[in-house]
Amino acid sequence: MFQPTPVDLRNRAREGLVRWLLLGLTLVIILPVLLILGVLAWKGTPALSLEFLFTEPREAMTAGGILPALVGTVWLVAVALLASVPVGVAAAVYLSEYAPDNALTRIINLAIMNLAGVPSIVHALFGVGAFVYFFRFGTSILAASLTLAVMSLPVIIVSTREALQAVPRAFREACWAMGATRWQTIRHVVLPNSVSGILTGVILEVAHTAGETAPIMFTGAAFFVPFLPEGIHDQTMALSLHLFIISTQVPGVPEPVPFAVALVLISLVMSMNAASIWVRTRLRRRKKW
Amino acid sequence: MVTGPAPPAPVPKVSARGLGVRFHGVPALSGVDLDVAPREILGIIGPAGSGKTSFLRAINRMDEFIPGMEIEGSLSLDGRDVRRFRNLYALRRRVGVVFPLPVGLPLSVYDNVALSPRLSGVRGKDELDGIVEKCLRRAALWDEVRDRLDTLGSLLSGGQQQRLTIARALSQSPDLLLLDEFSIAVDPVTTMRIEDVLRELREEVTIILVTNLVQQARRVADRTAFFLTGEMVEVGPTEALFEGGARDPRTTDYIEGRFG
Ligand SMILES: Nc1ncnc2c1ncn2[C@@H]1O[C@H](COP(=O)(O)OP(=O)(O)O)[C@@H](O)[C@H]1O
Ligand SMILES: [Mg+2]
Repeated sequence: MFQPTPVDLRNRAREGLVRWLLLGLTLVIILPVLLILGVLAWKGTPALSLEFLFTEPREAMTAGGILPALVGTVWLVAVALLASVPVGVAAAVYLSEYAPDNALTRIINLAIMNLAGVPSIVHALFGVGAFVYFFRFGTSILAASLTLAVMSLPVIIVSTREALQAVPRAFREACWAMGATRWQTIRHVVLPNSVSGILTGVILEVAHTAGETAPIMFTGAAFFVPFLPEGIHDQTMALSLHLFIISTQVPGVPEPVPFAVALVLISLVMSMNAASIWVRTRLRRRKKW
Repeated sequence: MVTGPAPPAPVPKVSARGLGVRFHGVPALSGVDLDVAPREILGIIGPAGSGKTSFLRAINRMDEFIPGMEIEGSLSLDGRDVRRFRNLYALRRRVGVVFPLPVGLPLSVYDNVALSPRLSGVRGKDELDGIVEKCLRRAALWDEVRDRLDTLGSLLSGGQQQRLTIARALSQSPDLLLLDEFSIAVDPVTTMRIEDVLRELREEVTIILVTNLVQQARRVADRTAFFLTGEMVEVGPTEALFEGGARDPRTTDYIEGRFG
């Protein structure tokens, strides 16, 4: 009675093929990631210890730990986010909810897209000119973090804008029709229903920011600072730069150490991501329509 | 059931003279002369694209949010020109709107109804509780949701969401209620219940009911207007219009379903 027609059979075969193809491609992408993690864990673990995490480097960075670099990276990322998230979200809210659809808006959108493609070394030079010299922040966490913030703004703006646009217009219209202002509508309906999407962009930028080396190299991260930063005007070490230095500039570093540093950097990023994903799922539980 | 034309009132609730609406210069509605008396139900019927929604949007000045929308001619609410209202938010709070597709905001049922009072400054828990219960009762939804006021409004069934939308509109204590084809996504039983609600609300609120169901206008409207391709063909007592008393043959054709 329900004999499959030739078309049914062909569709079924195709369905199977597509499914395996997609699975295969996904594995191809995941494989390098797993390999990297595996190699880092395998080669780096011997050097890992509490002492490694919680002491300062000694003997021209060939021994001791990485505490100043670890703390420095946390500082850099935190200050960068403090600057980029409010500004980026505000810009995205303006572009999505207020800006008229005219030539100027379109140019701004285009500019943001292009900014996302600027190489990080160019951001670094901009940071030196703008923050280190023009604003006279000197080489400091502040200058380095602001450079990182400028670099991550485009991604935060674009992803936030997408998240805002995903909230159906009908919700806004219902709210406006009740006599709500644009801001009330954003505050009570649009933002609460797009936080999870906004956080996705922020998560991406945490990883991006923590791993960048060029933008902080000339603006605030130092080769060797034997103490922890006490404020945003201090210079600091950073994991990414430290990794670069001990693997290329310092002779006599034991082999497992660079791997261990990389492992710590990746774990740090992944635990920040995990935290944001946890927040996001909690928020998303409320979002359903 | 229907008592014919409402007695002429000194100041009409809504009064349009030469009202037109354009989108990016293209007329969607033009030359509408229409008075709506206080506490009457005015039905508006007409095929899709005839400008019914545009008429409603002109009344609560949605042109602020719709790029390219312009209102021309004159349109007044309680004798005040809506185009001269300084505080459009206050204007919109007096006008409740129910959309074609139910819009349960992704907030709890309670917050859906409490949102508007909150936005206009009501803070007291007791007062909000009172408003929420009263509006849900008037929208014939209270009994179904009283035990789950904290579920998401957007998770209710379509029919419940549409009544939630009505409750939300009522929470503004509007004196004018605009309904735009509210029954499009609602089952017939809920449609009947909402029609009953409208007949009760008529005691206090003026209602403009745009409807895709000709018979719905017949069931609830005191007077009915027929819109066609951006013009109002005619308006008259519902009874007369449906009993063959239409002045324009196109109206009769539409009512009787003889329309291309
Ligand atoms: N936002 C808009 N932008 C451009 N044209 C619109 C817009 N809204 C409505 N129109 C046009 O105005 C005309 C009347 O539409 P509408 O008032 O929605 O009719 P109805 O509600 O009777 O179906 C239609 O031709 C429609 O395409
Ligand atoms: Mg319509």
